[in-house]
Amino acid sequence: MDYETVRDFSANYGLYYFMAIFAIVVVYALWPSNKKSFEDAASIPFKDEGPFTEDDK
Amino acid sequence: MIRHATIEKNSLLMLVLVLIVVSIGGIVEIAPLFYLESTIEKVKGMRPYTPLELKGRDIYIREGCYNCHSQMIRPLRDENERYGHYSLAAESMYDHPFQWGSKRTGPDLARVGKRYSDDWHVLHLTNPRAVVPESVMPGYPFLAKTPLKYDDIEKRLRTLAMEGVPYTPDMIKNAKRDLLAQLDPDSDDADALIESYGDNVQLRNFDRQPGAPTELDALIAYLQMLGTLVDFSQYDEKANQR
Amino acid sequence: MQIIIGGLLVIGALLGLIMAGKGDDSVMRLHGSFILIASLGGIFALIKSAYDNKEKPAQETGYMDTVIKYGLIASVFWGVVGFLAGDFIAWQLAFPALNFDLPWTNFGRVRPLHTSAVIFAFGGNVLIATSFFVVQRTCRARLAGGVAPWFVFWGYNLFIVIAATGYLLGVTQSREYAEPEWYADLLLTVVWVVYLLVFMGTLAKRKEPHIYVANWFYLAFIVTIAMLHIVNNLAIPISLTSSKSYSLFAGVQDALTQWWYGHNAVGFFLTAGFLGIMYYFIPKRAERPVYSYRLSIIHFWALIFLYIWAGPHHLHYTALPDWAQTLGMTFSVMLWMPSWGGMINGLMTLSGAWDKLRTDPVLRMLVVSVAFYGMSTFEGPLMAIKAVNSLSHYTDWTVGHVHSGALGWVGFVSFGAIYYMAPILFGRKQLYSLKLVSLHFWTATIGIVLYITAMWVSGILQGLMWRAYDSLGFLQYSFAETVEAMHPFYVIRATGGVLFLFGALVMAYNIWRTARGDVRAEAGVPAPAAG
Repeated sequence: MDYETVRDFSANYGLYYFMAIFAIVVVYALWPSNKKSFEDAASIPFKDEGPFTEDDK
Repeated sequence: MIRHATIEKNSLLMLVLVLIVVSIGGIVEIAPLFYLESTIEKVKGMRPYTPLELKGRDIYIREGCYNCHSQMIRPLRDENERYGHYSLAAESMYDHPFQWGSKRTGPDLARVGKRYSDDWHVLHLTNPRAVVPESVMPGYPFLAKTPLKYDDIEKRLRTLAMEGVPYTPDMIKNAKRDLLAQLDPDSDDADALIESYGDNVQLRNFDRQPGAPTELDALIAYLQMLGTLVDFSQYDEKANQR
Repeated sequence: MQIIIGGLLVIGALLGLIMAGKGDDSVMRLHGSFILIASLGGIFALIKSAYDNKEKPAQETGYMDTVIKYGLIASVFWGVVGFLAGDFIAWQLAFPALNFDLPWTNFGRVRPLHTSAVIFAFGGNVLIATSFFVVQRTCRARLAGGVAPWFVFWGYNLFIVIAATGYLLGVTQSREYAEPEWYADLLLTVVWVVYLLVFMGTLAKRKEPHIYVANWFYLAFIVTIAMLHIVNNLAIPISLTSSKSYSLFAGVQDALTQWWYGHNAVGFFLTAGFLGIMYYFIPKRAERPVYSYRLSIIHFWALIFLYIWAGPHHLHYTALPDWAQTLGMTFSVMLWMPSWGGMINGLMTLSGAWDKLRTDPVLRMLVVSVAFYGMSTFEGPLMAIKAVNSLSHYTDWTVGHVHSGALGWVGFVSFGAIYYMAPILFGRKQLYSLKLVSLHFWTATIGIVLYITAMWVSGILQGLMWRAYDSLGFLQYSFAETVEAMHPFYVIRATGGVLFLFGALVMAYNIWRTARGDVRAEAGVPAPAAG
């Protein structure tokens, strides 16, 4: 394997790889049906009020 | 129960995803350096450190000299005029670990070898402000007073040989003899040292005081060889363009 | 888990005994005795708790907060030690007589003590304590692993003590921010794996369907640091009873491995971990959810994906092949975007509650830390551009940049979290004094401003002096002249450090009084209730 092959490979497939990862993350984050669950998740820090016990289901 | 299992899977899934994402960058950047032949230039003159220089280098590391001194000259006009030819990857090919540094509170040392006399180094390391009034370097007067401990020198060479530094079994076996010979050019073993390591080894009493070898001997021997190995009159810059 | 920890402690005691008895050098023997004593202490504590449990079963309910309390005390202690060491070496650069011509006090040995004390001892204890705090409260579950969290806390602090004493006695690998030698690295690896198991185990026990975003950042921090630590510390000891080792890689490969580690120690230790703090403590203190949870998802994945590539920007114009330098520069510049996405997310969480900044100095500290995060993540990509780097590299500009992130971002977000957690952990209604928090905030802020402006000026001045030519085409300044020109800025920087250190001492006093349950009578400051 020489330098040129490595360079060509990264110039072509590297770009697709980066774009694919970014697209997946953005789509996941903006997917409308995920909105509700994200709002739930965002409120997690405020759910721990009151005494905590291991049996608290 | 099923719900619980899927949840556990999720945190494991996240762990795996994170690992995949963070390992790719390192693999793509670091791995090629090991098998692309162009990573290290082809040069003449590189040799492993002599046992005395290696002890000096270990003292350099122990005292944390790398915190303030780089050993990496960049290909910039002012640096080439101030410090000399830019550093090649080949010049640190036997450096376990590398000492390129990251900060120049003091000047670069990549080519400090043979620039100053041994006497200057003795004075400077003992009291830097005696020779450079503006210096903020700590004094190391204890180096001249500390006898050099070299009972484990064979182990040091053997470990480096395991890591790929071309120390031969003879070099390892004769490490103690070679260490002492470098401090005494008139000794019978001096020729054997030069035969093993090459004629660019400098032999003399580096700390300028008689008696048993000191840590100062080793450190100055190391400083005086820095950047002196590669023969730049025979270096082909074009062929090594990366 | 108890049995595994017990086994680890027995192995630790045996290895410590061998190191202490058979070590080639005095440092190995000293560190062996530390490990032996710590392991025996652990075994004793395990047996005692087993015995006590027979008498009266321990309460295994509720959050496991005592270990976090210890972590908080250790954080404050190591913070003061680390800042003191840093300010000491800052004065050494201004007045070199302070090196005292001794091995144990010279700059080269104390500087790693400073960096390790602030990053790993202070920062690490803050991260361990806050991650335990956050993961329990966002999973509504007790820490997993029984005594394992205690093993993590004590094991980690033992590692710190071994590392710090080693530097002063001349034991170092010379790898910046990874100086501890091979046996300390092995100890840390064991502790870290247990830490990961505790964290994962707690996530697995959670009663929420979601894993809150702060935990993602903590998880990425723990996993990635494990990977970086192991790869960067590959080395062969010269003998199993010697404290000296040689790194497995050499030269250019070693340099890139080290700076791949070095930059990601910033990215995953000092950024991802502390972003975990931001995503929990700012919403909690501002009493409103994070501005955009969607943005936080994109922030997380983009940040961890891009950060890992940025390392080579530490090696611009060196003997590292050009293609690697270009990759490092490109990713560093792209990193600006997720960093600012995160900053916006942190700051905008305050929208509609900006007035709290006036009344609550703890929230102010947290929010200003995010502003510093934004500032240093703007400066970082700039300095990663090769043309800028050719001037800034090797100068104090780099030092100033690091400290705007370290003092402003890491320092302040940690102080905010410490002030938030202290009353809860010590079971008090409120902090001893909010006025003292305000005093801490202002002295530290002035200290940071003095520090980074002095380093900007000295760094750029030094870079320009190095490349200045006179009218005849010769280099205008000798190196010694550039050193002399730095002196006033070194004095200003060290003075800024005094202020920052003073702030930390005020915090220590405030936390101590809070722990005792004292409340200072203060007019005009409405005290927000803890929790």
